[in-house]
This record gives sequence, structure tokens and C-alpha cells, in this order.
Amino acid sequence: MGGPWALAALPTRTKAIPVSETPPAPADDSAPSALDGPAITAAVDAALAAIAAAATTAELKTVRIEHTGDASVISTANRGIKDLPKESKAEAGKILGQAKGRVFQAITARQEELAAAEEEAALGSETVDVTLPVARRPRGARHPLTTLADRISDFFVGMGWEIAEGPEVEAEWFNFDALNADPDHPSRSLQDTLYVAPEGSGMLLRTQTSPVQIRAMIERGAPLYIACPGTVYRADEMDATHSPVFHQVEGLAIDRGLTMAHLVGTLDAFAQHFFGPQVVTRLRPNHFPFTEPSAEMDFRCFRCEARLGLDHAPDPDCRVCGGTGWIEMGGCGMVHPNVLRAAGVDPEEHQGFAFGLGIERILMLLSGVPDMHDIVEGDVRFSQHYGTEI
Amino acid sequence: MPRIPLNWLAEHVELPAGATAESVAADLVSVGFEEEAIHGAQVTGPLVVGRVLDLVKEPQKNGKTINWCRVDVGPEHNEEHDSPKDPQPGEERPSRGIICGAHNFVPGDLVIVSLPGTVLPGPFPIAARKTYGHTSDGMICSTAEVGLGEGVGEETKGIIVVGKGTLEGVTAEPGDDAIALLGLGEEVVEINVTPDRGYAFSMRGVAREYSHATGAPFTDPASTVVPAEGGRGGIPVQLSDDAPVRGAAGCTRFVAVEVRGVDPSAPSPRWMQERLTLAGMRPISLIVDVTNYVMLDLGQPLHAYDSHQLVAPIVVRRAHEGEMLETLDDKPRALDPADLVIADCGGESGDRAIGIAGVMGGASTEVSEKTVNVIIEAATFDPITIARSARRHRLPSEASKRFERGVDPLLPPIAARRAAELIVEFGGGEIDERITDERLEGFPAAPAPIAFAEDAAARVVGIEYTAQEVRGSLEMIGCSVERGEADGALLVTPPTWRPDLRIREDLVEEIARLVGYDRIPSIVPSAPGGRGLTRAQRGRRAARTALAEAGLVEVTSAPWIAESVFDAHAYGEGDERRAAVRLRNPLTEDEPLLRTALLQSLLPVARLNLARGQESVAVFQLASVYLPREAGQGAPVPAAAALPSAEELAQIDAALPAQPQRLAAVLGGASGPASWRGQAEPWGWADAIDLAHRAAAATGAQIEVSASEHAPFHPGRGAALHVVGENGERELVGHAGELHPRVVKQLGLPARTSALEVDVDRLIAAAPAVVRAEAVPTFPLAKEDFAFVVDESVPASAVEAAIVVGIGDVLESVHLFDVFTGEQVGEGKKSLAFAVRLRSAEGTLSAKDIAAARERCIAAVDAAVGGVLRA
Repeated sequence: MGGPWALAALPTRTKAIPVSETPPAPADDSAPSALDGPAITAAVDAALAAIAAAATTAELKTVRIEHTGDASVISTANRGIKDLPKESKAEAGKILGQAKGRVFQAITARQEELAAAEEEAALGSETVDVTLPVARRPRGARHPLTTLADRISDFFVGMGWEIAEGPEVEAEWFNFDALNADPDHPSRSLQDTLYVAPEGSGMLLRTQTSPVQIRAMIERGAPLYIACPGTVYRADEMDATHSPVFHQVEGLAIDRGLTMAHLVGTLDAFAQHFFGPQVVTRLRPNHFPFTEPSAEMDFRCFRCEARLGLDHAPDPDCRVCGGTGWIEMGGCGMVHPNVLRAAGVDPEEHQGFAFGLGIERILMLLSGVPDMHDIVEGDVRFSQHYGTEI
Repeated sequence: MPRIPLNWLAEHVELPAGATAESVAADLVSVGFEEEAIHGAQVTGPLVVGRVLDLVKEPQKNGKTINWCRVDVGPEHNEEHDSPKDPQPGEERPSRGIICGAHNFVPGDLVIVSLPGTVLPGPFPIAARKTYGHTSDGMICSTAEVGLGEGVGEETKGIIVVGKGTLEGVTAEPGDDAIALLGLGEEVVEINVTPDRGYAFSMRGVAREYSHATGAPFTDPASTVVPAEGGRGGIPVQLSDDAPVRGAAGCTRFVAVEVRGVDPSAPSPRWMQERLTLAGMRPISLIVDVTNYVMLDLGQPLHAYDSHQLVAPIVVRRAHEGEMLETLDDKPRALDPADLVIADCGGESGDRAIGIAGVMGGASTEVSEKTVNVIIEAATFDPITIARSARRHRLPSEASKRFERGVDPLLPPIAARRAAELIVEFGGGEIDERITDERLEGFPAAPAPIAFAEDAAARVVGIEYTAQEVRGSLEMIGCSVERGEADGALLVTPPTWRPDLRIREDLVEEIARLVGYDRIPSIVPSAPGGRGLTRAQRGRRAARTALAEAGLVEVTSAPWIAESVFDAHAYGEGDERRAAVRLRNPLTEDEPLLRTALLQSLLPVARLNLARGQESVAVFQLASVYLPREAGQGAPVPAAAALPSAEELAQIDAALPAQPQRLAAVLGGASGPASWRGQAEPWGWADAIDLAHRAAAATGAQIEVSASEHAPFHPGRGAALHVVGENGERELVGHAGELHPRVVKQLGLPARTSALEVDVDRLIAAAPAVVRAEAVPTFPLAKEDFAFVVDESVPASAVEAAIVVGIGDVLESVHLFDVFTGEQVGEGKKSLAFAVRLRSAEGTLSAKDIAAARERCIAAVDAAVGGVLRA
């Protein structure tokens, strides 16, 4: 190809200027020659002025047809090139090419400008008040206790432990005898434990999740690494820190060669996971029927200065630790050989540790829940505040 | 729990200079005694000695006479001049003017004055105040006002006068600090003693532990007393027990020492009264105070009898059926045949109970202000017998607290002697050297030695203890340690005051706590690798989350219910849910049962939320219900410390109620707020069923819905929910729908409140373990709509099922999009419109294929439910 075709084809390749649907008009005798520079310049100036004056894309379209359409000065001059002497054709082509280029460029630029403005105006007219309330239904919520219990389970699963469960109405044997509680132990009294009628039924509402540990040892034997979250019951009056229904998580690890050092390591890992990377634990001697040695576990306060280490003094007014630097978290110890025997584990071969934590207590500490009533009463506002946090 | 006055403790163990209640408490914590409380100085501020210079008695309109006093309270506290408006009586001298209502003092007496700024126990801050026409610039104090109780004897009544009564033998000058004089600045540590360490219910035991914690030198106060030695001629005592508790005789040793000729008016010394008060006991009389003091000091409870009231011999026996005893607190008590009593031969029957052994003495032989001859009892009683009696009679006395934790069996002759000596020292008289020491054969029993491998503690605790740490710790607590004969293990004999040390592990704990729990390293154990959460655990989580995501709020409800719930929930007479587990000791008498359906306890929670101002309710809970087995089946209680037989374990599980986990929800009122987008629909039966579907889907299960009449649901708007397990069996898993209007009304719920309750475990069990993939064909889809006219009673699910069966393989999905009733379809009929999507896995469906499918569909619906395609 080449020659005039190349020029003639130009407009059709420019997207902004579609092929005109009107048939080409016959050459106008009054049209200037393609070599008439001033005339062409005048036509271009007229086109540019019209383009600039177009206020809408629709007006621009009319301008485009008028100044670049078949009947336009430039198109007419373009068509006249073929009639020019051979030696003038190149120059004529150059003049017209430049002229067209300037006009089309201006149209394209103006088109973009106008389109953008029009779009902006159109979108502006569709503006809504995005601050309107949008919920068709209020959001639901998980209870923070079950969410926390799930997180605790996930922590132990992450350590390679399993989550064990058992019945809440439990046999006296599993809840007390198997756990080495003396037949006269005060915890067995009617003031402490809720029993199933009639007297002598041998059944009660479990006071701890420890019977699950016995069941797991009997069913699975050693080695065994389990955590048992669950609901437990005591014959307690409801007050700001006590509830007759509450939740515990107990851990039990039985293996060869487990020591109190592994107990401390597990508690440290737990404390750090839930309360912060620097939180350490402390054991104090205590007494429980089911462990020997037994200990009370304290977590270093995670709220006040004390959290920064044992060499940092606690804030005397700290609400979390009461100025002591330590928070009492529960009991723990090495599983008593009588407990292992009751669960069919040979204490000469396997030993292990167990610990118990109150889930409400952890929640109260972590979230600053002031009153146990809020946790257990079932008021939706308590759960709603937490939403579906995970 | 025991209160430890520091100066008393210091008598047995050296306290470092500057020891405070806090430092002592911290040291005791390190060996396992939790700090219960610290009782600081009871009185602070200017409590001083004052001399009454002048005194004017001024009768008042109310009939009282008050004393307007000029009191010299020492140069530091005196005012130079009287107030010109309110001059004090007598000649003007440096002093303070004080009003006093008591009359047991005269000018010249030294009294105790709390000046403004003093805080007395209460706390009761003292300030100058206008009263009876004068400004009282302080207060003249009685024993009670400074926290010393009512005092002992006539002389201590009313105002404290230096040199008399409470301050007998004391001299002082005006301005002297009376806090020190009265011992009110003393600090006291109250500790918590775990039930295994009864010996720590004594200064002797706590001092020993303080010595363990700090290394401070300890002197055993029991070692400084020459024990009473039993012989002939003492008061005869018979030990008999025809009903030992758990095989243990009630009394194994009874020491009786008599002191004759005691001055009944002699008070106990002030230091003793102070110590008793600080330890939390009330001074009463010399004899009683001495027995209490020796008990607090050594740990051996004592009892004193008035010899004149007691008719020998003393018999220790179980109570007779129907026997009564008036105890020291003047209360008549019906004795139980399991109570161990001290009896004598007095009374009408000549066989009279004179005390509940180890718990409380009787009124008939009580020492009084006339007692001159006294018999002191120091006995060894069985801990369980005492614990049961104390609990039975609700008498947790100081004696029973110690006996039930175990008392050193070597103490009775020591404590009895010590008490007798103290009585003689302060009340005169003499000890009758004919002393009774009645014992059962073999008692006091020597503690059994424990074989103890030297590395036993290291293996359990995880610290490589040195041989010296092991042996040293054991010897420190009073064990004797010998080298065993055979395997090189040690042979450790615990001291008599540590009955809790019985097995190897007990000794391990002693070593661990004395060397220090803080030395235990921290090692995270590596578990062999678990299997993650179980399918049931994952399923329950997913179901909870699904309902929360659907807009419901998870709540908790306690499991106890009232019997009236069954009627409130419109259960029929024979409804099996009326059979519930009953508690023997429910928290409240009107809620004695455990729920047999979760809605029983969840509906009240819905009610609570409405009562607190919620306008609608959408709550759920996932929790157990308790379905009892056949009545009368108790769970056996096999022996402790041994694995029960398989049969026993099976019997236990057979007796326990079935305890399935249920998911229940209650939905009532508007499902959302009214808003610019229009009114929210009220929650209704369809939402309940939809949520059941969603919860099921979250666990991977599918439920089938069918009409069902089931309380507490509306008979025409409730659905039974079934699952079809992998074995093809159809199983009922729950119900959903609108609640019965009567139930709604009775519970005050919003109209048309709806609910659901499903058995989550069954739901999860019915879900396929593995979801099998289905092909996703890409051939074109054909959409066909059908409207069938059927009888109104025909369930939509039946029509849908017929469509599914009729169309067969090429059916991709079917969805009911309209239900229409009205004249056009005729009386008793309804029109159900379904959108059906057809697609083949093998190729593009031709017009012929589609027409054939349509025909199969129409024919199937006609055959199944008599449905007619609506023209």
C-alpha cells in the first residue's frame, strides 16, 4: 500500500472518529486546494475553536462531523490531492496530514475532558448517605466463654494434645473416689456438691472436669496428653465472683519421665499465649487429694508494671493483681499414685501432671468482666459486645 | 484460720530484727502457707496514759450523770490554758477537758485517753466534739473500746485504770504511749492451713515452718515441758467404743491431770489475755484462758472440768440413741449414736454425757467462778469421728478444727502438764501427781517408716537434688532418716506430728517445697502428636458459629428447672420428658430437676432479655440435657485407688443419665430494626426451620422436614426434623417451628415466637465423613417452570420429591418459588410453582429430551400426590 490510501485510511483508524455514515459529498468547487496553506490553516483554526467551544460530548460530535466529515474543508481538500500534479502531491499530503492531526488530537482531548466531566456529574447525582444504618438484622454473637474455651482448646491442640469430654451428671466414683478424695473429705458434703436423688444414688453433678481425666486414662491409657474444658457445678451461692455453674479446663499429661518441670513449662506456655509473651508462672506449695506434690499456680500480673519481669515492682493499686504482682489461677501438681491406680495406670511406670483453670476467671481477667452475673445470666448484651470474635 | 501474733511466734523461733507481718507472711508463703490476712496495729494515733486531776459530776436531763474531767495527758499533749468559754473543773493547769460517762475511777487515777487523731478498732476515729455542754477533747477508754473485749473479772469492767484489772501491776506516767502498754501495736499474720497440715494450727508448728523457710533457730516449746507421767490413783478413765468409724477407735489416749485449790477469782495474766485476743479468742477466766493458750501454743486441744461436778469414772463412748447434752454454749443438743462423748457417772442415770469429744464440753461440769479443783483433759481422738460430729452439730470449734486435721499423739501429757503448771503459777493450788494416762494398746502408734530412693524426688520434680538436700530437708521437718538394708533406699520415719506423710510422694513434696518450688525449671513437654479436634467438636463449633452468623446471640442458661415447666410447655400427661433427674440438694427448692429439653431453660432466658428491655429476641445455646435411665438404678461406688472391673464400669455408665448435647434457639419479635429500607419481618416458624437447616448444613448434615405435633410447638406450625444417616436410616433429631400460643402467652414472649431444638451429636453423626465430589457438567442449561394444583393437605416436600424422582438424572435443581390459593385454584386446593433447572452430564438436551422430562415430571406428581399441572 502507500500513496493516498495511506492518508485516506487514517481517520478510520482513529477510534474517536467513526466512519461517517453519510455518503461522500461531491467535490465543492469553492473548496481550497490542498496546497492553499492559509486556507487550510484557517479551516483548522475554525475547527479548533469549535472543538474548544463544545460544552457536551453531543455538541462535540456535531463539531466533529462538521469539521472532519466528508463535506468539511479538510476532507474536500484531501479528496482534491489526487487531482494535483504529481510533484505537489507529497507536499499537499503533508499539509493536510498535519492539519488533520491537529484537529483529531484536539477532538480526542476534548472528548476525554467532556466525558470525564459528564461521568463525574452523573455519579455525583447518584450520591447516597453511606452513614445510614444498613443492617437488616442485628449482628449475632458467640458467647465469649465458649469462644475462649475454643481458643484454649486450640492452644492445647497446637501442642499436640487432644480435647477430652465427659458427662456432667457423673458417678461419685469418678468425681471423688477415683481422685483420691477421702470418703469424709469436706468437698463431698451437701454444702459443696449437688447430688442426684435419692440418697445413695452414687451420682452427682460433677464438681470438676477431673472425672474426664479418669475416663480418658481408663479408655486410652498412657501416654496421654489431654485438656478437658467443660461445665462444672458447685452448691455455691451466686455472687460477683462465684457461680454454681462455671467452666473449667483441666490438663493432664501422663507419660514416662514427666516431671514438675514439664508442668511449669506447660503453664508458662499457656500463660504466655493468653496473657502476653513475658508472663511467667509461679508455683506455691498447696494440698489437693489428687496430686502429690501439689501446688497453687500464680501467673505474673499481665496488666501492671509487674508484667515486665520479677525485677519490676507491681503497681500497688493494680486492680488485676491487687498490688501483689501475682494472680492466683488454680491448682496443679503431679498426679497422685492412687489416682493413676484407679485409672489402671501403673505409677511405677508412668507419671504425669495435672492442672485446673477457671475459664470464667480467665475471661474476667482478660476482658475485665466485673461481675460473674454478667457471664452466666444470659443477657444478650453481654455476648453481643464480643460479637463473633474468634 | 490461725492468727499468728509476731511476738508469740518470736518466743519459739528467732525473728530477724525488723521482721514485719508482711515479711513473715512472705516467708510462710514460700513453704506453703497462704497469707489469709495481715492484722496491723489495732489502734493508731495518740492513745496515751492520762491522770485525772479534777472531776465534776454533772447530772443530765436524760437521767444520766456525766463526769467533766480535767486530765493531764503529759506535757506533749496538754493544752496550756483552758478555753475561756468552757473552763475545765478545778484549778487551771496544763491539761485536756474530757467528758466521760463511766464512774469506776476517781481523781488521781491514771486512765487511758484516746486523743483526737486516734483511730480505735471499728475503725472509730476520735475527734474533739461538743457533748453535754462541753467540748470533749478526747475519750477515756474501756477495754472494749480499745479492742480488748469485755475483760475478765469485776476490776476490768468499765474504764481501764492503770494498776488495776487489765493493767494490774503496771505503772505509768501521764503522756506514756498506751498502745505499747496495752499491746495494741502488735502485728498479726493470719495464714491459711491446708487440711493435711494440722500441726500448723499451733505456734509450735508455724514457728517450725518459719524456721524451715528462713533457717532461723527454732526451739520446740513441747521439748521444754516435762510430760505428765501416768500412774496409779488418778481419776479413772475407761475407753470404750462399740461403733468405731471406718475401723478407727474414737479415742486412743486420754490424759487427765487434776489441779486442786485454785483461787477461783485469780485472773489470767494480762500478756496471756493479750495473746489470746490477738489470736482471735476471747479471754474468759484463768482456767479457760490457760487451756486455750496451751492449745494455741502447742496444738493440743484441752478441756477443763470442775472436779466437784464430775463423778468418776470418766467413760469415753459413743452416744446412746436419743441421748441429750447441753453444751457449753447452753444449747441442748440431740446426740447421734455416731458421736463420741465423754461421760461420767453423774446425773440421774449415773451415765451422763458431759461433752462431745473433741468438739465442745457440756454445761454440767463446766468450770465456773467457783471452781477450785479442776481436771484437765488432753486426749487423742479419731479425726474422722470428730470431723463428723463437728459437721453434724455445726460446731466448728477450735478443738474440732485441730482434731479433724490430726494432733501429735505425743502431746497430751505435755500439754496437760503445761496447762496445770500455768494454772498453778497464776491461780495457785497444786498439781495432783496421780495422773491418768489411759491408752488403747499400741497407742500412741509409732509412724511407719517409708522406703525412699534417693533419686525419687529428682525423678518427680525434675531437679537434681543433692543427697544433702534430700536428707537435710527430711531431717529438717523432723523425720529420722536411715540407710535402708537392701536396695540402698533410705528408710524415712516421719515425726509424730506429721500424720499426713505416708507415701514416697508425700516426702517428695516436702523436699520440693523446702528446697523451693522456684528452682523447678520450665520445660515444655513434647506430646506424641494428637489428632486435632474430633468431628463432633468441630461440628459443634461450626453449628454455633452458623447461628451466630445468622444473627443469633449465644447465651448460657443453668440446667435446673421447676416441675411446673412441663405444664408451662404444654407437655402431655405421658410425655417422657416429664421424667427428669432430680437433685437431692437443689440450690433452690422450687427448681429441683435437671432439664430434659434445652428449651426448658432457654425460654426463661429469652424472657429475661425481654424483661430487660429487648424488643425482640434471637438467642441460642448449645448444652447438655439429662435424660434419666430406668428409675431406681444407682451408680455403684467401687473402691478407691484401684481400677474397677469392666462390669462395675459398665454399671456406672448404665446408671448415668443419657446426656445428649442439644442446640436450641428462640426467635421472637421483629427480626431486625425498622429502617429506611422498610419494616423487618417478624421472626417466625419459617426462620426457625431455616436456622435448623443452616445449623445442620454447618455440621455437614442435611435434615428432612415434616409436619409434627410436638409440645411446646404450635400443632399446625411445628416440624419434626430427621436426618438420613449413611446407613440410610431415618432418625429424628429435633423439632422446629412456631411455639404454641399458650406457651407464648404464659411465658410473656412476643406473638408467634418460634424455636428449634436439635440433637447436635446425632446431626453430626449423620453427616458424611467425607463429602464425595459431584461432576460439574458444562452443557447448556434448560429452565422449566411448573405449577401444580394439589390438595391443601399435600406437603410441598412431597410434590418436590415427586418432581425429583420423575425427572431423574437430568434434574439439576428444583426450587419452589410460589404458593397460591384462591378461587382460581378452587376450594381446598393450592397451587405450588416450581422453577426447575435441567442439565445433562452427557450432552446438550434437545427439545425432545426436555419435553420428555416435563412429561415424566407431570406424570410423577400426578401419581404421587394427584397434582395437576395448572394451565
